[in-house]
Amino acid sequence: MAKRIDVSGLSAFYGTHRAIDDISMTVEPRSVTAFIGPSGCGKSTFLRTLNRMHEVTPGGRVEGKVLLDDENLYASNVDPVTVRRTVGMVFQRPNPFPTMSIYDNVAAGLKLNGVRKKGELDTIVEKSLKGANLWNEVKDRLNRPGSGLSGGQQQRLCIARAIAVEPQVLLMDEPCSALDPISTLAIEDLIGELKSRFTIVIVTHNMQQAARVSDRTAFFNLAGVGQPGKLIEIDETERIFSNPSVQATEDYISGRFG
Amino acid sequence: MTTIETPPAAAPPRKAATVTRAGDRVFAAMSRGSGILLLVVMAAIAVFLTVRAASAISKDHGNFLTTFEWTPSLNPPVFGIAVLAYGTVVSSIIAMLIAVPIALGIALFITHYAPRRLGGPIAYVIDLLAAVPSIIYGLWGALFLVPHLKGLNLWLDNYLSWTVIFHKSDPNSAARSLFTVGILLAIMILPIITNVSREVINQVPKMHQEAALALGATRWEVIRLSVLPFARSGVISASMLGLGRALGETMAVATVLSASPVLSAHILDPVGGTFSQNIVAKFGEADEFGRDALIASGLVLFVITLLVNGAARLIIARRKEYSGANA
Ligand SMILES: Nc1ncnc2c1ncn2[C@@H]1O[C@H](COP(=O)(O)OP(=O)(O)O)[C@@H](O)[C@H]1O
Ligand SMILES: [Mg+2]
Repeated sequence: MAKRIDVSGLSAFYGTHRAIDDISMTVEPRSVTAFIGPSGCGKSTFLRTLNRMHEVTPGGRVEGKVLLDDENLYASNVDPVTVRRTVGMVFQRPNPFPTMSIYDNVAAGLKLNGVRKKGELDTIVEKSLKGANLWNEVKDRLNRPGSGLSGGQQQRLCIARAIAVEPQVLLMDEPCSALDPISTLAIEDLIGELKSRFTIVIVTHNMQQAARVSDRTAFFNLAGVGQPGKLIEIDETERIFSNPSVQATEDYISGRFG
Repeated sequence: MTTIETPPAAAPPRKAATVTRAGDRVFAAMSRGSGILLLVVMAAIAVFLTVRAASAISKDHGNFLTTFEWTPSLNPPVFGIAVLAYGTVVSSIIAMLIAVPIALGIALFITHYAPRRLGGPIAYVIDLLAAVPSIIYGLWGALFLVPHLKGLNLWLDNYLSWTVIFHKSDPNSAARSLFTVGILLAIMILPIITNVSREVINQVPKMHQEAALALGATRWEVIRLSVLPFARSGVISASMLGLGRALGETMAVATVLSASPVLSAHILDPVGGTFSQNIVAKFGEADEFGRDALIASGLVLFVITLLVNGAARLIIARRKEYSGANA
């Protein structure tokens, strides 16, 4: 079910402010691509252009093309709601629906897609929670509120919710930054398992994490405050961390950077 | 080691606490004093009202709860709250049934559908409406609403007479009914419910709405999945504020309703009464005993309001762990 993402000439704006400029890259299906770079260089903004969440922000606007296999997400006849059903997203802070039970959280996206049969829902909820390595911890309390779980469990619940609708692509924006090291490891393991089924793009502040989980790494940078963020280079993760082709990448990775 | 060091460590703060400045002491005494005074005054009022109400009720030769008439001046006195309680509750229910959905709709429109440039002014106008004194609404109700509702009354009687509720005994009588009162009350409580709901809805965290959006929710589905559940208890509180005003509203009812001691299921009939309408209508010419009887009716209204608020709190508390509060 995984698809290739092909971005060309993409810029994103907040009102008149150009936050990212002219980004082009290809993300292979069933791979993990990590985005790294200093704060404010537009990693989150770029990620949110990949499922048309950027335009939800007041003043948010996008130029350029994002192809999912061969379909342009920004073609005039494409409904952003449909795009978001194919490209799932996990946020920086775990955000399960606080008023819903664990079960209903996972089933929420399915219900939006019109799945109503109890048996079918049960099956997919179980499969998704297992897929998110959460089933054993919550199987006895599926009817308890999702907000009662620990931070790490909540984030895995959000991953279960996202994968329940079988998206083509899974976007993750610093999914571990609010979590403790053990929960972080659990999520990293999970990413390793999920990449056999999904195309995964993950933003991370943590260099080791990028090195551990990703196949390819993209380094973003910005020339200065108020300047748009740019893609500096994207390459095999091993190469980026051992022998990057751009000096700025090496400076950033080795910590010789503001 | 810690146990040995504890006494000296604890001593300085205790010492410090004794060295209070004169200003602090005066202020503490004053705030404590006014707090106690307030409690004493409130207790005194409660005792005073309850004693007078109880003495009036004990001399009532009708059943205070089930009697329709309010004639404490008869010998022996006969008065009861049946019609008043019915009218108060029915007109408030009508008001809530009309006002809450509309208020919620307006609040959602302002926060989620209207462009910013439109939402701001609408919210401002509704804020202004909340500040209009109730006597103005009362006059408008009597001079405009009553004559203009006649057509709607006829229509309801024509087509919905079979529901009994909308049957009108005399189709030509003026629209000075509990139904009209309910509509007027709905208009009066609409602004406060709208404004409080709007503020609650504005506080729904963006991350919960984005959670729904990222799953491919449409605008309405975002509202259903993350906005309404989060705002639910706040909207209930807003409605209770409105209900409190509707239950106690006096002028708007007194100017519109054609009061009479009749308890009718036909809400279009110009009969009935409410607690506060009855009090303003009868207080002026009542003797001391009559006033005590009115006080008794006022206490019943107070109890009804308390019960309604308690029920609302229960509803809110029942699903607290699912509320957004612990997110
Ligand atoms: N909601 C917003 N409104 C206006 N500007 C924003 C908003 N979010 C981000 N920006 C700006 O866009 C740029 C990129 O931000 P972001 O994508 O969050 O960077 P990163 O995720 O790499 O830290 C920054 O200059 C930031 O100030
Ligand atoms: Mg970010």
